[in-house]
Parts: sequence; structure tokens; C-alpha cells
Amino acid sequence: MISKMRSLGLGWGVSLMSMAAWAEESKYNLPTPQSVVASEIFNLHVLIMWVCVAIFVVVFGVMFYSIWKHRKSVGHKAAHFHENTQIEIIWTVIPFAILIAMAIPASKTILNMRDASNPDMTVKVVAYQWKWEYEYPAEGIKFLSNLSTPRDQIEGTAPKGEHYLLEVDNPLVVPVGKKVRLLLTANDVIHAWSVQAFGIKQDAIPGFIKDAWFKADKPGTYRGQCSELCGKDHGFMPIVVEVKTQEDYDKWMAEQKAKSAAVTMDPNKTYSADELKAHGAKVYAANCAACHQADGKGLPPAFPALAGSKIATGDKAAHINIVMNGKPNTAMAAFGKQLNDVDVAAVITYERNSFGNATGDMVQPADIKALRK
Amino acid sequence: MNQGSKQNRIILKKLILVTLLMFGFGYALIPFYKKICDVTGLNKDKIKVSNTQMDPARWVTIEFDANIGAKLPWVFEPQTKSLRIHPGEIKQVMYRVVNLTDRTIVGQAVPSYGPAQAGAYFKKIECFCFSQQTLKPHEERLMPVQFVVQNDLPKDVHTITLSYTFFEQVKAGATK
Amino acid sequence: MEATHAIDHDHGHGHPTGLMRWVTTTNHKDIGTLYLWFSFIMLLTGGTLALLIRAELFQPGMQIMRPEFFNSLTTMHGLIMVFGAIMPAFVGFANWQVPMMIGAPDMAFPRMNNWSFWLLPVAASLLVGSFFVPGGASAGGWTMYAPLFLQGGISNDMTIFAVHILGISSIMGAINIVTTILNLRAPGMTLMKMPLFVWTWLITAYLLIAVMPVLAGAVTMLLTDRHFGTSFFNAAGGGDPVMFQHIFWFFGHPEVYIMILPAFGIISQIIPTFARKPLFGYASMVYATSSIAILSFIVWAHHMFTTGLPTAAQLFFMYATMLIAIPTGVKVFNWIATMWKGSMTFETPMLFAIAFVCLFTIGGFSGLVLAITPVDIQLQDTYYVVAHFHYVLVSGALYSIFAGVYFWLPKWTGNMYDEKLGKLHFWMSTIFFNILFFPMHFLGLAGMPRRIPDYALQFADWNMVATIGAFGFGLSQLILLVVVLKCIKGGVKAEGRAWEGADTLEWTHLPSPAPYHTFETPPTVK
Repeated sequence: MISKMRSLGLGWGVSLMSMAAWAEESKYNLPTPQSVVASEIFNLHVLIMWVCVAIFVVVFGVMFYSIWKHRKSVGHKAAHFHENTQIEIIWTVIPFAILIAMAIPASKTILNMRDASNPDMTVKVVAYQWKWEYEYPAEGIKFLSNLSTPRDQIEGTAPKGEHYLLEVDNPLVVPVGKKVRLLLTANDVIHAWSVQAFGIKQDAIPGFIKDAWFKADKPGTYRGQCSELCGKDHGFMPIVVEVKTQEDYDKWMAEQKAKSAAVTMDPNKTYSADELKAHGAKVYAANCAACHQADGKGLPPAFPALAGSKIATGDKAAHINIVMNGKPNTAMAAFGKQLNDVDVAAVITYERNSFGNATGDMVQPADIKALRK
Repeated sequence: MNQGSKQNRIILKKLILVTLLMFGFGYALIPFYKKICDVTGLNKDKIKVSNTQMDPARWVTIEFDANIGAKLPWVFEPQTKSLRIHPGEIKQVMYRVVNLTDRTIVGQAVPSYGPAQAGAYFKKIECFCFSQQTLKPHEERLMPVQFVVQNDLPKDVHTITLSYTFFEQVKAGATK
Repeated sequence: MEATHAIDHDHGHGHPTGLMRWVTTTNHKDIGTLYLWFSFIMLLTGGTLALLIRAELFQPGMQIMRPEFFNSLTTMHGLIMVFGAIMPAFVGFANWQVPMMIGAPDMAFPRMNNWSFWLLPVAASLLVGSFFVPGGASAGGWTMYAPLFLQGGISNDMTIFAVHILGISSIMGAINIVTTILNLRAPGMTLMKMPLFVWTWLITAYLLIAVMPVLAGAVTMLLTDRHFGTSFFNAAGGGDPVMFQHIFWFFGHPEVYIMILPAFGIISQIIPTFARKPLFGYASMVYATSSIAILSFIVWAHHMFTTGLPTAAQLFFMYATMLIAIPTGVKVFNWIATMWKGSMTFETPMLFAIAFVCLFTIGGFSGLVLAITPVDIQLQDTYYVVAHFHYVLVSGALYSIFAGVYFWLPKWTGNMYDEKLGKLHFWMSTIFFNILFFPMHFLGLAGMPRRIPDYALQFADWNMVATIGAFGFGLSQLILLVVVLKCIKGGVKAEGRAWEGADTLEWTHLPSPAPYHTFETPPTVK
């Protein structure tokens, strides 16, 4: 039954596409469902779609028949009836019955999708303007997930890659067949975490924690996008979920733990200006370039230029302060929470010695560490 | 004609009254909505514990989560990530908070629950979120939450997440 | 522009002439004309913004603008079309038609009528002017969701102020219409004898009075949150961002019906006229309109299914929303039953009316799909929603406005419009409309979020098609301008009863063009 309905669904729209292409990306219909909830929704949509098509054909069949037959130009004389209680009752009752038939499966699916109890694991998702942060509280792992499509592809100076705008540096990784409970919140404005293949879309609301869940049927890479207008780069904060087998997932988790244990850059070391600048350039591209632009010219007045700015060429302490603590009532976030000491020191050093800024000074991780105490 | 314009005025007055009432109604929606949340148990706080009898046959996992609102330069984290408890059992956990700056900052923690409906059965006996917290420059503090999960927690709830978000209270005198 | 014509019929009552005549006029026909021209200018303005949006979306990649400007365009397109184009057009129809259809000499409060119109250009200048302030126009979406709308610069305050002014204008207009309909009907014109257009406007006006103040309250709260330290929508101060959505959509959903009920009214005048047969089920039409209006107050949270509402609320709002299909269905069935066994001719107004019934129903069906909560969760904030509300508002509200303009132009100007050009306008609009909006259903199902300036490659084909449709549709509207200007200048003289099947007072009792003052002695309605 389900497979029959699904094939009907595929028939909807233009069905010239091959099945393989269908699984990869969708152009006409909901993506191929990859979870129980998503396939329930898929079937629900197919059902309602066909009910609507049937009603449309019947009702407008009557209308176009009338338009064809009851024209003045073919000499049709107008009748004079203007009510008929019986038929009016019939066409109120029949739609009501159809609606009830639709509401029953829909209600069942709602109850199923809302049931976040007994999860196998929990992932906390925090939305920022304009990136996601994934945290595995049980494992103590936390990382940011940024768009990884290069600027030049967006600006059209380089050919666009296969997953243009739907690729990130660090995807969310989950094991296959496990009920993953998401706890969502946001840092600044409302965002929405959405992956259609799993039938999940949940707003992330600052100050509130919302839960949702999904269970992936098959290993693979699944993509989605932020689905609530959240400002300038709303279109540039995709969601990528990598579903791995339990074995691969365990391996990945072990790597993550090892990575966070072995600090790649030692915060107690004193670095050279070049080392800081090289690392700072990477941090800048991931965290700052969206607003202040790769060339440091910003997008004034909302996003001021760093090139030649008072802060980036003036007092070092003021510069550190704004990076660490943000600026009230602007989109400038407090990066002290998101970045480690080395990242903050490196990015400030980079900003003070790039885009034509040449203060020649540098900030060491130890300086930042001292501030945090 | 005179009669007509008098009637017009009566309707005008009535409709202006309706307009003003509806403007007020927009504001009234806020307490109204909060009331609904109270009745349905969403966002509930500070409730008397009615029944503290423990149900030793049942286990519930409580997860603790902490968030910091935009631009508040504090560290805020639970000392315990999760606990397995029986409904009816009174428990206490600590949250650590550190002010990273050189200024005194007043913050207010706002609790939130996942699933939201579980909030009705999650009673906090003592909580740092009951009042504003003032942290001096670089002050570090441990703050307790004492709570009990009620016996009548629906059977299908096995995990409750208690999440706090700390926000800066700009009004309360912190300097910009 | 159109002044010369109307002045001919002003029998020298000592009115000021030229510009001052229009500024100071209290005549319902003058004010109706002003509303309609204002609305047309706003339609072109909002349409230009839409074409800029479609131009950027023609191909993947950022070509002609920055993302924040794109967000300003979508925000302003929405606000201008809703508050500047659609709503004032219907008020324009009400001004022209309601007094003539019920046998009243003018609106109940002519001076207030003048005020309600002249507030509009002020609000429109604030909105359009905000493009030129530092930071650019509001970019938080026409829904102005907190906390995003709490960020941003002075333009957001200008938008809030503009919404206040628009609200005051709408409320004054609505009060005027209610009073006119309740108090100024000709002897014998009982409520249940009123033309359906008057009925739908009466109900619409009540909706306006009920919900515009709620919107004013919501934006006032935004304003105080922004500048005066309140925290209605700020979690930090104990507020709740979702609260804004509750208040906004408490206004927003009835607002949708404010934009569609008068359309139902216009269509219910046109179809019987060209089918030469009385409207089928008049009483059930009145009841269906009222039930839609009442239901509109209990469905608002269907715009918020992804915010994480309690399960019980999701179920309730799904059921309530599905119920709206029933009275809406009754209306569609009644229109088709009116055509059944009629003696139909297909002049431009009738063509637009038939297209309205067809295409609006497609919008109704996608609305039913979206009412199903689990499906809505997949489609919320995607292009499917964009397709849905454009089928309802363009092929619904806007098409009824076109139909009404063609229908009443002979009565307003005394001349028949150019039927050939009218039909050209119809066919161009309808073909390009579907090229523009039908593919958006596919885009939405495939997962393209709305309000994004750039998109993944799998969405490229349909976006290109939609953009082609958009430019075709946009340019087709210039035909309307030509038709209207030509009709004002001259053409075949229209008879008093320009349409054979027309039977309301303005056609049966008045010559074409309608004199400047009409029904100073009320007609008697049998």
C-alpha cells in the first residue's frame, strides 16, 4: 500500500527523472523520506494531493462543461433557479466527510512526531547569526558548523560546486537507526533547523529550549537549510547531517574526543606574528568575513569596515574587548564564548595587521587567558 | 438628515470604543497567553510541592543544560550533566557561573524545559532563577537548584531537560 | 490625469479646482478614484520590488545586490502590496460602489473619508523613503518577527510608524463603511436585499475594526521594546519572542480574509451579471462569509506550527483550519451553480472572474495541504507557502480587483473600455501568472526556503522559469494602464445599464457616467 502510494507520488509532477536522480535531489516533490516520520508525511501529502486533484477535476469539469454548453453565443437561454436547499446541504456535508477522512491519519502522525521520549542520544543545537553549534552533552564534544562554500563561488568568479550552499565544514554526525533527540535554542534571533528527509523542522528560539527528534533509516549525507528569516545571511547557514553506521560513528566520536583532548595549538605558548596571522586568517574567514567581508571593508553602516577602523588600529584592549564581549544592539556577537584563547588572539592579531592595517603589534593567547580569569 | 447624522455619531462612538478595546485586547493577549501556559503547565515556576512521596519503582533522567544570552560575557555551566532520579525525590544540583569582565553585571536566568509539557511536573524548591544575580568583576559563584519531579509525571516521559539561559539585565544599572 | 473627465460632471458647486480639489474633496467618488490610483501606483512600486527580487533569483549566485538589500526588498514588497495595493483598492471600490449600491448620497462621514485617504500617501512615503536612510529599509520580513525586528536601524521605526498610520486610516475607513451601510440604506433596502459586495464589505469592515488595533498594539510593543526598555518579546526580561507571533497572527489571519472577502463580493456581482441569472444561494453566501470571518479568529496559530506548540494546540488549530474549507467550498459551488444553465458571455470582467474561481481554488487546495500540521512542518517557510499565498492574493484578491475595474469602468467613466486590449491583458496575465507561481509549488516541496537571496543548484531551473513569468506578468500590467487611460479619454459611450444582466441600483437607476452627486433623494427599493 505504502509503496503503491509512493509510486503515485512520484507520478505527480513530471516523472521523467530517473529514480537515482530522484534520491539524490528533489526538483518536483518532497525528497525521498529517510525516516518513518518523513515517510508518513510523504504519504499524507500524496493522499491529500490526490484528493484535491480529484475534487478539482470533478468541480471544474462541471464548470467548464457549463461554460461550453450554457453560452449565450450558442443560444442558451438562462434558467431562473437561485436556490436548492437539498443540494446546498449535500455540498456542505460531503466536504466535511472528506475533511474528517484527512484529519484521522494527520492526527496520528502528529502524535508520533511529537513523541520525543526514550531517545538513544541527545544533541544540543544552538543557532547563531549565521551558523549552527552542535553539542554532544554526554561526550562533552562541541563544535561550530559553518557554510563551507567559498565566497568566489557565490560571487560567480568560480564555478559552483555540486553541493553549492548546502555544504558545511563540520556536519552533525549521528548513528543510523538511533532515536536522536535534539534540544534547540538560539543565541540571538529565531532560526529554524530543518532536514526534510527526516521530516523535521523546529524553530530555535532565544531563551527557550525546544525539543524534536529524528531517527535516520540509512547511512548517508542529508541536507537542509535554516528555515526562519534570521537576518542578512539567512540563506547561507545550511544544515548537513551525516548518518554513519554505529561502528563508524564510534570511530568518529573517538577522533573528536582525541582532537579536543590534544589541543592543536597550545594556549600557553608564545607565537610569532606570522603564526598568529596565518591562524587568524582562518578564524577570520569562518567567523568574521560574513559581515566584515574578506577584504575587511565591511558593509557599512550595518557592518563597519575593519580596514583603517579606529578599533582595529587603535587601542589593543578596546579591540580585544569588542571581540570578546560583542557590542550591544548590533549583530556583533561576543566571540569570547565561541572561540578559544588561541583563536581570539590570532584573529585580533590578523585584523590589526591586514587590510592595510599595520599596527605591528600582536596579541598572545596568554593575554586572552589572563582576561578570562 | 439631522436624525441620520445623530445616528451616525452613535455608531461612530460605538465603533471607536470597539477599536480602543481591541487595542487593549492586543496587550491583554500577553497575560492571557501566560495564563494558558500556566493552566497547561508550560513555563511553570515556583509551585508548592504537593506530594513528596517517592515512587521507587520509576526512574527518570534529568539533564541539565546552560546557555548564555547574546553578548553576556559570563561562563555558565552545570556541575552535573545528568541525574537518574525517582519521581518524588528531592535533589539538588549546582551551576557554576563566572563573570569574565571588569564590571559588575546583573543577570537573570530564564528556565525552559524539554519537553515543554514536563515543566508542569518539575517543581523547583529553590533556584537561582527566582531572583536576579549580581556578579562583581571576575566573581565566580556556585548556585544551587533544588527540585522534585512530581509523581503524576505522565508515564511516557523518561527524560526531562532543564535548561537555563542567563541574560544581562541592562536596566538594572549595569554600565554599557 | 483623470481629473478632466470627472470635473465635467461637477456642476460648479463652487469646489476648488486643480490639485486642491483632490486634496479637499469629500465626495465619495473622488475619494474612490484617489484610492484606486494610489493603489495602482503602489502595485507598480511593489511590483518593481518583486521584479528586482526575481532578477536576483534568475540564476544561483549573488549577481546584482547584497543579501541585506534582498531582505529589504522582500519585506517592503510584502508591506507595500498588502497595505498599499490590495487593501486601498478594495476601499476604493467601497467608496465608489457602496453608496451607489445601497442608494445613499455619500459616505456617512465625508470629511473623515478625506482624512483616511490622505494618511495613505504619508505612510507610503515613510515606507518607500526608508530605502534611503542609513542601513536601508526594514529587512525583517513583512511579519516583523521579534527579536530580528528589534535589531536594525531607524528604518524599522519608520516602518512601525507607517503601520500605525495605515492602521488608523483603515480603521477610519472601516468605521465609515459600517456606518454608511447600517444608516444610509435607501428605504426598502433591507440587509438581506443588499448586493453581496456590500455584505462582504460590511463583514470586512468589522474585521478591520477588530484586528487593526491588535496590530497597532503589537508594533507599539516592538517600538517600546526597541527604545523604551520594555521586554514584551525579549526573553532576557521575562518576555517571549513567540508571543509576538501570537499577537501578530491574531491580526494576520483575519487580515488575510480582509483581503479576500471583498473579492468574494466583487466576483458575486460579476458572475450573475454575465451568466444572466440570479446569484445562486444568496443567503448561504452571506452565512458562509460570516462563518469565514468568525473562523478566522481561531486559526492564527497555524502560522506557527514549527515554533513547538503543545500537541493539543497543534491538533486544535489543524482542525479549525481545515473547517474553513467548508464555507469556502460553499462559495465556489455557489458560483458554479450560478453559471450552470445561465446564458453566459465572456467579456473581460467575466474572464477574470472565472480565472479567479479556478486559480483561487488552487490556492485553497494548497491551503488545505498546509493546514495538515505534519505536512505544514515540511513546507513551512518554503516556496510552497509563497506559491500558496500568491495564488490566493494575486489570482484571488488582485484578479477580483481587475475584474471589478473592468466591470465598473463604464459606470465610472461613461465609456466602454477596449475589449480587445482587456482580453489581451487577461490572457497575458493569466499565462504569465501561472508560469511565475506554479513552479514555486515544486520549489517548495523540494525544500527551497523562502526569503533567501541565493539557492542550491537543484532549484535553478524552476527559479529561471519563475523569473521569466514574473517579468511577463509585470509588464502585462502596463496594458491595464493603457486600457484605463484610453477609457477615461473616450470610447464607445456606455449606457446606464452597460451590462445586460446587471441589476444593482447603480446600473438600473443611474446614467453612465454616474453624476457627481447621486441619490440625493433616496430611490425606493421594492
